[in-house]
Amino acid sequence: MTSGAVDPIIEVQGVVRAFGDVRALDGVDLVVEPGIVYALLGPNGAGKTTLIRVLATLLRPDRGSVRVAGVDVVADPNAARARIGLAGQFAAVDAFLTGRENVEMVGRLYGLSARDARRRADDVLERIGLTRDAGRQVGTYSGGMRRRLDLAASLVGRPQVMFLDEPTTGIDPRTRLELWDLIEDLVAAGTSVLLTTQYLDEADRLAARIGVIDRGVVVQEGTADELKDAVGGSVLELVVPDEDRVTAVETISSATGEEVAELGGRRLRVAAREGSRTLLEVVRALDAAGVEADDIGLHRPSLDDVFLAVTGEPAGSDLEADRELADPAAATAGSGGRGRGRRR
Amino acid sequence: MSTTTEPARLPTPDRALRERATFASTVGDTWVLTKRNLLRNVRLPQVLLFSTVQPIMFLLLFTYVFGGAIGQALPPVAEGEYINWLMPGLLVQISVFGAGQTAIGLTDDLSKGVIDRFRSLPMARSAVLAGRTFADLGRNSAVVTLMMLVGFLIGFRYQTSFLRFLAGVALGLAFAYSLSWVMAVIGLYVKDPEAAQSAVFLPVFPLVFASSVFLPTETMPDWLRVFADNQPITTVTNALRALMLGEGALREGQVLSSQLLISLGWIVSITLVFSLLAIRAYRRAVD
Ligand SMILES: Nc1ncnc2c1ncn2[C@@H]1O[C@H](COP(=O)(O)OP(=O)(O)OP(=O)(O)O)[C@@H](O)[C@H]1O
Ligand SMILES: [Mg+2]
Repeated sequence: MTSGAVDPIIEVQGVVRAFGDVRALDGVDLVVEPGIVYALLGPNGAGKTTLIRVLATLLRPDRGSVRVAGVDVVADPNAARARIGLAGQFAAVDAFLTGRENVEMVGRLYGLSARDARRRADDVLERIGLTRDAGRQVGTYSGGMRRRLDLAASLVGRPQVMFLDEPTTGIDPRTRLELWDLIEDLVAAGTSVLLTTQYLDEADRLAARIGVIDRGVVVQEGTADELKDAVGGSVLELVVPDEDRVTAVETISSATGEEVAELGGRRLRVAAREGSRTLLEVVRALDAAGVEADDIGLHRPSLDDVFLAVTGEPAGSDLEADRELADPAAATAGSGGRGRGRRR
Repeated sequence: MSTTTEPARLPTPDRALRERATFASTVGDTWVLTKRNLLRNVRLPQVLLFSTVQPIMFLLLFTYVFGGAIGQALPPVAEGEYINWLMPGLLVQISVFGAGQTAIGLTDDLSKGVIDRFRSLPMARSAVLAGRTFADLGRNSAVVTLMMLVGFLIGFRYQTSFLRFLAGVALGLAFAYSLSWVMAVIGLYVKDPEAAQSAVFLPVFPLVFASSVFLPTETMPDWLRVFADNQPITTVTNALRALMLGEGALREGQVLSSQLLISLGWIVSITLVFSLLAIRAYRRAVD
């Protein structure tokens, strides 16, 4: 990518936004070049939704400047609104309207004529795979269908920038893959996308750049590779027979001088400061101790490790997020309750 | 537009969308949202049921349970039929209750994130509240029409002219519209749909009963009568009744013209004051 020459599509400088004593955003700086997916990664309460709401003109920052698609969001919100699309953390579609009516209505409110709104609604619904259900009331849709419809509604205005707040939370794995494809197509067609996520694989797969946000500050920024490099050296992961586990832990830690993490099951992990040299040392030491590993591998750090290193907590550290990571499909109810309470 | 095999089916960003609300676009947006809100009334069974069954239930219960006992105590213009006395009052009561739906609809939209979606679109901001109150006016008109039809079926007869009868209905609806703005303010402050239910009906019940809606105010204790005679629900009910039954429906010393004028005064000032408050509350509620 030719960087530097193009005007950024999003430019956030020193944005502060407090709710009472809580500083949801505490001096956010962010520059996003056009035509890419940018992922904001952060734990619960990090300020992701608040930042999206500021970018989408729903909240005024207490301090700082925000430009989206070349428009000052605070000074000229309506011009910004004509250029953006928003799919919030919870699908904001009307249950009593049909899918098509929902999308058409949003099209009308983007300023399209009735005829254009209808035509574009049909296009978008087809693209998003809802044509067959477009005539049904949304009350009968599944959670995943609602999310897709919500996305379709934001697309009908052909925004230059799309803001997606946790677009795949509470969505089954197949629909998730479909949404990822859709987002990639969007970007290929020239839209820039800023999304928030708690899923590291999502950021890894989709995002050209990733910003890690924690306690209202962007603490780390770069491509997935850059972030991983920043965390430091590789790690060694092993699987050992259960009866040898204790011996293995002792052997490895004395061979490497590092603390050995037991990951559960029979998996062990240890920092490999010297890469393959460490690997060799560990293999030799285990051999001498008579332990035969079932599996052993040298890995670059994952985004998981990045997250841990940067925010000081594992990704999805609270219970709810754990459940979502384990089973995205089951999380709709939980995350709904979570957000409702906060929205006030 | 390229040589790739995959057709470019996804929209490319559109720079042609409007960026400023004009008068025409404001009217258009208001119409779009009015239509949407009206559909909500028709398509959600619980809303439809509530707004049709409840007024008719009131009408039948009051007519047949109280009618016999009360009929004799009424002014002669009622011709001894409680329904004649009741109908104009009930029209006001139903309009007042109906206005409560403004608060409930708004809180529903707030809690579902729909208002956020609207606010992220390049639409006229005023359309959200205008579309809401217009739709509630439309719904109220339908409900009142239905109730009138049932009223005619079970014996209601206006004693003046059809025009005056229509003027009475219009006055009731105008009053309901002004109250919609009061309810909008309440809804925007409480924000939660369940809380809105009680926040709306708590003030409405005493106001409706301490009025001339169901009975003449003469028999109330002095302190209550003074309040009842001067609160807007009574004034509007009196004006409505005088329009439909003739001035004989009014108390000694009251005349149609003054009751009508005071009613219009209430309607205009409530609308003005509370629409401004609602706009302020709307800004506050969403930021
Ligand atoms: N309207 C509000 N009133 C009060 N506090 C708020 C409000 N909105 C957000 N906050 C607080 O600001 C902080 C950031 O919240 P935000 O919703 O932006 O987090 P998030 O990163 O989106 O979290 P999640 O992953 O749970 O969605 C939290 O501490 C939250 O409680
Ligand atoms: Mg959030």
